[in-house]
Amino acid sequence: MSSLPRLFPASDATKGTEKMRIMAVFKRWEFILVLILAAICVFNSFASPYFLDLHNLFDSTQSFSEKAILVLSMALIIIIGDIDLSVASIIALCGTAVGWLATQGMTTPQLVVASVIVGTLAGMVNGGIIVRFQVPAIVVTIGTMSLFRGISYIILGDQAFSSFPDDFSDLGQGYLGGMIPYEFIVYLVLAVVFAVFLHRTTYGRSIFAMGNNPQAAMYSGIKVDTIRFWLFTVNGMMAGLAAVLFTSRIGATRPNMALGWELEVVATVVLGGVAITGGSGTMPGVILSVFVFGMLTFGLGLVNVPGIIMTIITGCMLIGAIATPIIVRKLSRP
Amino acid sequence: MRRLLQRRENQLAAIIILVVGLITLRAPVFLSMGSIDTIMTDGAILTMMALVQMLAILTRGIDLSVSANMALTGMVVALLSKDHPEMAVTATIVLALGLGLLLGAINGVMIAYVGIPPIVVTLGTMSIYRGLVFQVSGGAWVNAQQMGSAFIAFPTTRLLGLTAIVWIAAVMVAAIYLFLNHVRKGRELYALGGNPTAARYVGINNTHNQMLVYSLIGLVSGLCGYLWVARYAVAYTEIALGFELQTVAACVIGGVSMAGGRGTVLGCVLGSVFLVIIFNALPIINVSPFWQLAISGAVILAAVVLNSRSERSKGKLILKSAQLAAVRGTA
Repeated sequence: MSSLPRLFPASDATKGTEKMRIMAVFKRWEFILVLILAAICVFNSFASPYFLDLHNLFDSTQSFSEKAILVLSMALIIIIGDIDLSVASIIALCGTAVGWLATQGMTTPQLVVASVIVGTLAGMVNGGIIVRFQVPAIVVTIGTMSLFRGISYIILGDQAFSSFPDDFSDLGQGYLGGMIPYEFIVYLVLAVVFAVFLHRTTYGRSIFAMGNNPQAAMYSGIKVDTIRFWLFTVNGMMAGLAAVLFTSRIGATRPNMALGWELEVVATVVLGGVAITGGSGTMPGVILSVFVFGMLTFGLGLVNVPGIIMTIITGCMLIGAIATPIIVRKLSRP
Repeated sequence: MRRLLQRRENQLAAIIILVVGLITLRAPVFLSMGSIDTIMTDGAILTMMALVQMLAILTRGIDLSVSANMALTGMVVALLSKDHPEMAVTATIVLALGLGLLLGAINGVMIAYVGIPPIVVTLGTMSIYRGLVFQVSGGAWVNAQQMGSAFIAFPTTRLLGLTAIVWIAAVMVAAIYLFLNHVRKGRELYALGGNPTAARYVGINNTHNQMLVYSLIGLVSGLCGYLWVARYAVAYTEIALGFELQTVAACVIGGVSMAGGRGTVLGCVLGSVFLVIIFNALPIINVSPFWQLAISGAVILAAVVLNSRSERSKGKLILKSAQLAAVRGTA
């Protein structure tokens, strides 16, 4: 991870003498995440002989790739100081659309496009209301969270769509070279795109500026509302993409699909070092955070820990990760 | 007349009367005593929880862990009732209040003393408390036959024709009204939400107030956890799942500003009543319950859009005298 400081020349922590620079690496949140990830991997490999198997490891990425895709765009939204609680409901809406369209005889590529379009439109609804009426994103997305999943319930009730084209399951269940899941490749490509966008473009800088001080950002000529609108739209688009992958992986559409994901996604973003109040965070941080959660879940699954216990650990990790640096700082101050 | 309609609470009350009228036209049974009784009993828990949620929102916070707290407290008292069916109701209530308070105080310490944003803390404790419900129950259900008879009977015990749960809610509405409007601490919450910096300069202690708010939310959540479990005579891991968002929704519909510092007890109560009426009316007018979620979403969005107008037109001055002074100053 020695390349991290060079990736972010703008960070003050990386300036100064060589020694300070090395110290800064250790103080970085990403470094702590790498340590946590390493500890989890060591623990897992002792706990189960099946952990350090390349096939198993690649296979395990499938269980978190869809969430990981959402984490990328959610990170941008949290960096501008907003939040989107409707992503999981957009997945349910898109999944329902995909399921219905499949019964109407659409082919797999058409289904992918349709899901992404529905997701994008849902994101536009969020962004449109937030920007047009200047209301907090949290209330709007609490509303659309009920609305989007509600539409899915109206269409499906307690039914499910489970007939899809024959090659549809390849999306979420297929492997490149018999080893690397397609979903994981999609995630990696998107991760690079988002990292470059956030850390290497003026739009990325604008996003940080908006998170730190929206008013100052507006006065310095940043099109605050336009960026906000498009970030919510992109978030919807990612949810649409995640929806079609998820539907393909589990092979069925139910209105309660992806229930509660929005909070897991937010927790991952926050553990990745993005301030919930906005203005700071890095893509490598949230990408590492995805792996921390993913490997933890995988390892606990290998030793047969029930899923609901996972939620306790997730909650403790979220609070612990945020509280520890604050407590250390308070104690070290005289 | 116009000024009367400008108040958000009056608008909401008018809309509620209109909605009730329309529902009654289609199904006169909606205005029967039995139906009203059900609505009040169903609405009592939402009203109480929305009121305490409002305390958090007033101080620019939010508590997402309320429903998990309710589920955990409800499960613990249900398990106790299963093992000791003869346990007195007062003991149950004290236990529920105590456990709820403890869970709320944990949030409070994290938020007020450690300084983690409320949404992060309560997001975390939401998962932790919900997971603990599974831990203590082993994933099993506690059903009506296993609970003590007094335990189940209490919430629907009648006094002067109303159920105990309604009386508790009524007392709580009155208490929180007095607290927010006539107690110094209550006014401080508005000040903190309206302008935290100014509040600090006039000597209002944010730490103590946040601790108070989240402990209070926990206390009420614990009580409501017991009432919920006893009212529906069943306890399981997913009890009240997603209920935290309904409490926020009731606040938003009632005109409580998510930006903090604005919101009234009356508005909050009307917001809860509105949601409960909508939910209870759907089966009566033959709409599938599957419409419930989408309708509540649409209602929240409508309320948000309407609120955005009224919020922009007004300032955020809290004291009447300050407002007067400001007017004189500009004149």
